Amino acid sequence: MQKRFITDKITWTWMLFSLILILTMPLIMGVGLYLKSAPIFEHQSLWQLITGSNWSPTRGNFGFWPFISSSLYVTILSFILAVPVCLFAGIYLTQFASGTLNKIMHPVIDILAGLPSVIYGVWGILIIVPFVSKVLAPFFNVTSSGYSLFAGGIVLAIMCIPYMLNMLIEVFNTVPAGMKEASLALGATYWEAVKHVVVRKSFPGIISAYGLGLAKAFGETIAVMMVVGNRIQVSVNPFEAGYPLPALIANNYGEMLSIPMYDAALMFAALLLLVIILIINLIFRYFIYKATQQ
Amino acid sequence: MIPYIIPSEGTNDLGHDSDLSLRGNGSQPVVRVKNLNVFAGEHHILKNINLEIPRNKITVLLGPSGCGKTTLLKCMNKLTDLYKELKVSGSIYIDDDDILNAQGYIPEIRQRMGLLSQRPFPLPMSIFRNVSYGIKLKGISDKKLIAHNVEKYLREVGLWEEVKDRLNQPATSLSIGQQQRLCLARGLAVKPHIILADEPTSALDPISSKIIENLFKELKKNYTIILVTHVLRQAVRLADNVVFMYYGEIIEQGPPERLFNEPATEKLKEYIYEGN
Amino acid sequence: MRKRKQIEEAIFMFLLRVSTYSLIAILAFIIVIIFVKGFGALNPDMVLKTPKGGFYYGGEGGVLNAIVGSLYIAVGASVIAIVLGAPAALYINVHLVRHKRTRNVIRYLLDALWGIPSIVYGAFGFTLMLFLGMNASLIAGIVVVALLITPIVVRTFDEVLSTIPIGLHEASLALGSTNTEMAFKVLFKQGLPGFITAVLLGFGRGIGDAASVLFTAGYTDLIPTALDEPAATLPLAIFFQLGSPIPEVRERAFAAAAILTIIILIISLSARILSKRYSRSNIR
Repeated sequence: MQKRFITDKITWTWMLFSLILILTMPLIMGVGLYLKSAPIFEHQSLWQLITGSNWSPTRGNFGFWPFISSSLYVTILSFILAVPVCLFAGIYLTQFASGTLNKIMHPVIDILAGLPSVIYGVWGILIIVPFVSKVLAPFFNVTSSGYSLFAGGIVLAIMCIPYMLNMLIEVFNTVPAGMKEASLALGATYWEAVKHVVVRKSFPGIISAYGLGLAKAFGETIAVMMVVGNRIQVSVNPFEAGYPLPALIANNYGEMLSIPMYDAALMFAALLLLVIILIINLIFRYFIYKATQQ
Repeated sequence: MIPYIIPSEGTNDLGHDSDLSLRGNGSQPVVRVKNLNVFAGEHHILKNINLEIPRNKITVLLGPSGCGKTTLLKCMNKLTDLYKELKVSGSIYIDDDDILNAQGYIPEIRQRMGLLSQRPFPLPMSIFRNVSYGIKLKGISDKKLIAHNVEKYLREVGLWEEVKDRLNQPATSLSIGQQQRLCLARGLAVKPHIILADEPTSALDPISSKIIENLFKELKKNYTIILVTHVLRQAVRLADNVVFMYYGEIIEQGPPERLFNEPATEKLKEYIYEGN
Repeated sequence: MRKRKQIEEAIFMFLLRVSTYSLIAILAFIIVIIFVKGFGALNPDMVLKTPKGGFYYGGEGGVLNAIVGSLYIAVGASVIAIVLGAPAALYINVHLVRHKRTRNVIRYLLDALWGIPSIVYGAFGFTLMLFLGMNASLIAGIVVVALLITPIVVRTFDEVLSTIPIGLHEASLALGSTNTEMAFKVLFKQGLPGFITAVLLGFGRGIGDAASVLFTAGYTDLIPTALDEPAATLPLAIFFQLGSPIPEVRERAFAAAAILTIIILIISLSARILSKRYSRSNIR
């Protein structure tokens, strides 16, 4: 009899320990990365690191602006491409589509979300890169190798669609049917009911889903790195190559221990990603809870 | 279409739309349901319903929960379209237009009916815009005209004095009883001549319920009201015409005096007995 | 007026449909391209042999080292994720079942954790390795991938556990079982379909992730025989071979991509089928 309660006690402790360990993970990671990147703060100020454009690790110059701007560029580009598709597909699936179509679409979204980043990268190299260099670039009268910010944006957009769409579906499903009925009964067309009531009612949720999508795009590494060209430059031309922050970390882990401060700089990049993404997540998750728990 | 007008100085047009009763021709039933069948998968929810709703009376659809009253009401407004699993066949004539097989424009037929649901669903916008929404859908854009009509219909449901200083607040800031009256005002503002009410008092407190019931008694001078309820006493208080439903069928219908005093079927007798 | 509304509705309905169906088209496009390109170079050697001499110049061999390495890492990480994740999810739904606020805060944090990109986990894993004086190895890869997938396992399992009616907890406690017995015998059994989905989801994410193992697991042509040896992984095999200028090596990258895609599809489909089968006898 006694044994049962001892077992109970032990398991209970183990459960609590696991939970606390998992929850303190971001903190541990943040502290770990901070300790590793601390040396660079003695060398350069945070402001210099973020806004500086001079990147020459061998001379000890670490200006992250080319990488940060590339990251922002591909993220925003992917965002612009993904937003309408997600919104429309989310509306169609929750408001109009038949049960059969929904049954087909759920696995489709699941698989799209589950495909590894590297597969999107391979597909991007096979399809998107040639498409950019042979179709899009000539159309805009520029030459491009195809390995460009544009290609990165397109691949990233496709990767983020299932992620944002899943959240949007959840948000749209919380709009009560009675509210839509009320709008229709007043003489609205289906589209008007969606526009005036469903979208309006879910607005905070829609914004949150997009915010989280943005954060995901910002941290995505392999697929973007495979198609974006990886050249250090600040460019406004989408047909030029870029070099996003995660790609910087992934590409240089091999040599970072052989150059002084290089490892601190790269760990600072990781810390920057962690902090930005965690903050975006915390803010928009909060909104999404507010929006769906009514 | 009945025009929206601002009356000239001196006349007071904050009362009812007197011209509503001119719609259609006098003695003809306002709503006629013919051979209506509704299936949800294998379930036969409504079994061959035939029904005529008389003008300017309160017709009560009475019956136990789950007998198909609400579905019947939603068919009249063709809101069954929202539920893909429902298969609807038959005809429902609103005046002379068959809404289920309409050639015309469904939103315009729907505007002949105001809907009041089981619990109020204010649209996600301000109090003012909740009422102006339907008016704008009719293509009215003149600000003064809209403001005049918003006031007129809020007065008609006795809400104007309570909300006139907070018209721009979200409609959800109102109490639930006020919300239900707002929904009624919103429905009346598109100038329907039929009111479809689906247990409109079931979520309300007794005082708010009383207000709605009294409004209905007032409104039936100008509107045809179809009220779904499972509360026998409410039916007794309000009905001019009673339709008793049981498991997707109409069992009995007629004037309340006859149905409640000498019910012809066992089912209704039982229901009245339980209700008392 | 009416005409304009009808035209607007028609245009938007068209856009809604196009957007939705385009997702099916994109998925089909990706899979068809990967398979068409991949099956061209796929042969038994690819999955049965490790790289032989001259492999990276188009010589003999296959990517068995990467397939096995990936499986080792994904299985190891899933085990850790289960050991940490399942108790954590049970804790939320047993001990915290009456503390709605705490529970919501925890779920909120877990969801935020889910959003951290794998490259950050990789970088952190790397600092951890330096701190412990370890080299890139199988165990380091396992630990980092475990950190990456544990939040996924916890949240997915928790989502299903939270739908179990509280009456079931009470019934079990009333019969005299301890909290732990209730958690494992009643909740765990009831939540089994969710548990399976959670583990498969985590496993799939673990086997496909490249950025986290890039720093930590290393790369080798051999199949690892001990935890402190480096291990190759399938995503990295694809990534590295694709960077080669030699066409045959690039062809092999496509073949490896096809293999990885097949593995992911199998996991995805079995998650669906299994969770459906086990949820039949459950109380909802």
